[in-house]
Amino acid sequence: MTVVTHEAGAPFGAAPPSGDSAIVTQGLTKRFPGGQVAVDALDLTVPRGSVFGFLGPNGSGKTTTIRMLLGLVAPTAGEYSVLGLPLADALPRVGALVEGPAFYPYLSGEANLYRFDAADPTAPGGTAKKRVAEALERVGLSAAAGKRFRNYSLGMRQRLAIAAALLGPRELLILDEPTNGLDPQGTREVRALVKEIAADGTTVFVSSHLLTEVEQMCTHAAIMRAGNLVAQGTIASLNGGLTTRVRVETPDVADAARVLGTLGLADVRMPDGGAAAVTADLGAHAPEDINAALVREGVAVRGLAVVRPSLEDVFVGLTGEGFDVDG
Amino acid sequence: MSTAETQERRTPGLVPVAETMRTAERRPSSESGQSEPAGPPVRLASAFWRLLGSELGLTFRRPRNQVMLAVVACVPVLIGIALRIASADEAVGGLIGSVAGNSLMLTFASFSFLVLLLMPIAVSVVGGDSIAGEAGAGTLRYLLAAPAGRTRLLVVKYLNAVVFAYATTVVVALSALVTGLVLFPVGPVTLLSGSTISVAEGLLRILVTVGYVGAGMAALAAVAVALSTFTEVSIGAIAATMILVIVTQVLRAIPQLEAITPYLLPSWWTKFDAVLRSPVDFGSLGQGLLVFGAYILLFGSIAWARFSGKDITS
Ligand SMILES: Nc1ncnc2c1ncn2[C@@H]1O[C@H](COP(=O)(O)OP(=O)(O)OP(=O)(O)O)[C@@H](O)[C@H]1O
Ligand SMILES: [Mg+2]
Repeated sequence: MTVVTHEAGAPFGAAPPSGDSAIVTQGLTKRFPGGQVAVDALDLTVPRGSVFGFLGPNGSGKTTTIRMLLGLVAPTAGEYSVLGLPLADALPRVGALVEGPAFYPYLSGEANLYRFDAADPTAPGGTAKKRVAEALERVGLSAAAGKRFRNYSLGMRQRLAIAAALLGPRELLILDEPTNGLDPQGTREVRALVKEIAADGTTVFVSSHLLTEVEQMCTHAAIMRAGNLVAQGTIASLNGGLTTRVRVETPDVADAARVLGTLGLADVRMPDGGAAAVTADLGAHAPEDINAALVREGVAVRGLAVVRPSLEDVFVGLTGEGFDVDG
Repeated sequence: MSTAETQERRTPGLVPVAETMRTAERRPSSESGQSEPAGPPVRLASAFWRLLGSELGLTFRRPRNQVMLAVVACVPVLIGIALRIASADEAVGGLIGSVAGNSLMLTFASFSFLVLLLMPIAVSVVGGDSIAGEAGAGTLRYLLAAPAGRTRLLVVKYLNAVVFAYATTVVVALSALVTGLVLFPVGPVTLLSGSTISVAEGLLRILVTVGYVGAGMAALAAVAVALSTFTEVSIGAIAATMILVIVTQVLRAIPQLEAITPYLLPSWWTKFDAVLRSPVDFGSLGQGLLVFGAYILLFGSIAWARFSGKDITS
């Protein structure tokens, strides 16, 4: 079996099959007994086969949404459907990691996986050994399988939780901050694992704070703020709101700005402060043409860069710069 | 990518494991070709027993529970030794005298001592921990997402507590029997009323006692499991159950409250002594079993009503 992974540079192009959604919510609302509205009329559509980033600042309602999707918390209003099935039929096909790992400290990692496998009414006991071993191997925990969970490091715990989510054949993975506490290698491995799983046709719904991470592994994203959905769509469409700019580093800022202007680039900006660089909207222009024109006009080009809008820009634009949590 | 394409690529029924050189090497070639049957996951009839087995394994392998069983097992030994020493000094009557006269009587003496406090403690711990312990550890959310099913999990948790209740009862009976056989003479049993039964009949009556006392503990387990669905702190549920046991014993001791004693569990736990009448007072045992059944039904319903609609936020 060959694994088709998205190229690291171009993970955003894959258009999902339409009309078929792994998760749909309509007006999904959760008001906690204290009166706190954690999720407010959420309309979410997660296409099958997508890697869907679920973003939002602390306390914006991501975990509460995931708990509702898994049937742990009852919505106060609204509807949802997972894999288009009744929840009890859908859940065996869903692997989940909710708000960090939780295991029996006095059991080994392996024994913990057997325990959760036994709780799944569709998991055949006969194949448990094989499936547990495979899940442990996938997250690189085979060597620590016999160690008590109590003695696991933070990253090992996180890996075990991901292994538990991979115990059966899954059509949907719901991962709540899967890279929390992982070292850089672990983070990269999780990212690779997610891509690998997605390449097998499994839909991945992943909540995260790490925008670069979401940008690197997701095809789609939704952004929450204080229980409300503020944006959703493909990564490209989310980024589409912001334009790609070109940045020219040069000591001859005035000349450079003039050349960019004559080439027809919009929104040419001179440096403010000491930076010796001019920026402008790239538009449909090719960077190499701009460079050639600058050199032709005798502008000393020290550097020329194409600045793509990052998801972080979109995120901050939609959720605000402030550090304090809402509500 | 299209769905059709990705679905073809998928190995049916298998965890979608990427076949890397490493994994391919490690797996025997005969196995790598075979896969589980494809299609939608089917609910397996054996799954309930697998979950119950897992639950029992956790309960009986847990050192805390093993210690409780060991403590409960020690008590008949201590009682036996104490009675042996006491009876050596002078001729004594009553229960002590009858234990000294016959090995089987130690079992009944041990039950009357243990059934009011030590056995209820052991059962409260396992029952009170059942749901609250999982909630506190956060494992409840993963069990339910597996999905264990709320009703199924509750039933498994309760049956597990019942098995533990009976295990406690059997441990007491076995420990008392062995101690009695070692320390006291074997022979026909003289009952408190003065009539005599054979050893075989005596053993049969011990069996009836185990069944009855176990049922009484199972009723307490229902209370403990119900309380366990109300909290995420297992100590809270355990303590609440034990406080209930103690309070009801106090209420039983107040003469003015005689009217309510038939509704209290501890009043019925000690009624196992009906097996020591001649003939056995099955009427009294039957009434006790009815009370236990009513408790199981009532608290089982409370537990179910609470647990099936509860938000799991731990
Ligand atoms: N059991 C509860 N009772 C009352 N309010 C709650 C409860 N659980 C969560 N909340 C509130 O709901 C809101 C959303 O919480 P949630 O855990 O869903 O946020 P989140 O997006 O997952 O945040 P984070 O990124 O920090 O994990 C918060 O304001 C929180 O205080
Ligand atoms: Mg969260």
